[in-house]
Amino acid sequence: MLEVKDLKVNYGAVQALDGISLTVKDGEIVSLIGANGAGKTTTLRTITGLEKASAGSIIFDGHDLRTTEPCKIVNLKLAHVPEGRHIFPEMTVEENLEMGAYADPSDTAGTMAKIYERFPRLRERRRQLAGTLSGGEQQMLAVGRALMSRPKMILMDEPSMGLSPLLVQEIFDIIQEVNRQGITILLVEQNAQMALSISHRAYVLETGHITIEGDAKALLKDERVKKAYLGQ
Amino acid sequence: MTFSLFFQSLINGLNLGAIYALIALGYTMVYGIIRMINFAHGDFIMIGAYTLFYTIPMMVSAGMPAWLAVVVAVVVCGMVGILVETFAYRPVRKAGPMSALITALAMSIFLQNLAMVLFGSRPHNVSTIFSLPSVSVAGVTVSLNVVLTIAIGLVIMLGLQLFVKKTPLGKAMRAVPQDRDASTLMGINVNRIITVTFAIGSALAAVAALMYCTTYPRVTNDMGTTMGMKAFIAAVLGGIGVIPGAMLGGVLIGLIEVFVRLFAPGWYEAVTYGTLIVILLVKPSGILGRSTGEKV
Repeated sequence: MLEVKDLKVNYGAVQALDGISLTVKDGEIVSLIGANGAGKTTTLRTITGLEKASAGSIIFDGHDLRTTEPCKIVNLKLAHVPEGRHIFPEMTVEENLEMGAYADPSDTAGTMAKIYERFPRLRERRRQLAGTLSGGEQQMLAVGRALMSRPKMILMDEPSMGLSPLLVQEIFDIIQEVNRQGITILLVEQNAQMALSISHRAYVLETGHITIEGDAKALLKDERVKKAYLGQ
Repeated sequence: MTFSLFFQSLINGLNLGAIYALIALGYTMVYGIIRMINFAHGDFIMIGAYTLFYTIPMMVSAGMPAWLAVVVAVVVCGMVGILVETFAYRPVRKAGPMSALITALAMSIFLQNLAMVLFGSRPHNVSTIFSLPSVSVAGVTVSLNVVLTIAIGLVIMLGLQLFVKKTPLGKAMRAVPQDRDASTLMGINVNRIITVTFAIGSALAAVAALMYCTTYPRVTNDMGTTMGMKAFIAAVLGGIGVIPGAMLGGVLIGLIEVFVRLFAPGWYEAVTYGTLIVILLVKPSGILGRSTGEKV
């Protein structure tokens, strides 16, 4: 479904990604783990066109994303829940959800009803400004907004960041639930333990290179991963 | 002060205020979306007024209603807004607020001088579009032209508010300044939304030109400077970037001017500009604005 090959990204003289390759197959949850500054967020941002690649290819569902206008990528049914949620703080919860369906408003009401059913909290707060929500609610809203575009695949960047352990559990439950509905997930996480435990496969990113890749369950037992990312 | 004088001044103040409000909307919409003060916005009124000056006689001689000239002016101003944004502002958008500010000031000087070359520096008289009679209300003579002007202003402001609140395009216009990356991810073409915002803001200047010329039918190449300055003050007073703020600020500045002129004729400009200083000292974010970091 998603195939990234030899992707390179520079920020000025700094090489943020130095030729990474990864694939995500239809229906999978794939994790990208690694330390701060390894290039995880850059990878996701480059896939959806928010950063420009200097070399390599990104093919999603047969489309070359490097030559696709960033604002057209959502039309291909690829959604991105960015790091730090990036909800629209001065719009209401409902308006935020509507923005999720901006590219394809054909079934806004029906999709929104489903999302309200899954996130009753958002329904309760639908007239409230999104900026006044708690961190956990904002994360639910960010996920809900991505679902509004009825995507085939979602890129999720640090969904557990800044959340209490209880909410972290809930957000990972949601990710699995979304995946069971047939949506493919590429997940970037600091919380490697949780990410690996729900993923099919995983990649470890270190300063712009992929160093380890494989079955997520196997990575949980890998000595290098244990030492560096699981604190064991 | 007699009641009739008060009432007359109130009407005049609302008339002037509606004009300022429409111009202030242009400033505030553009500021709201790209955090830039378009100092050439006042000159768009001049362009609108010259368009009226040339097209009204053409419409009349072609046997068409004079108000069609307004449609032409709206289109011309909208196009000028798009051209200015695309060719002057967009290239410097990433270069920082100071570059944008200087570019806007330069654009203002450029437009004024271009108008001087094209149309000369002598004032021109714009023919009237509406010639409605005056009526007497409670002993006060009220020009229906003025009433119509205020009504047009009100309808446009309400329409704009509805547009921004309810339509997908209007919502996109609100989303872009809140979060550009997220807007792109939603499928919003950010550059196109900025262009559309400029076009609408500039088109409002054409309506402001119509309202101005109905009251003061005189066009000069530098008419935009004073009008623009005062409308800018109105936008800041109401809270720049906030659409209802521009309306409120415009009406307040209009009323302040008319009433100060009544009591102390020599002082009205001092008071208007003084208002800017006071608001910047007391509440820099304006009456309806929320405080958010540095502006301009």
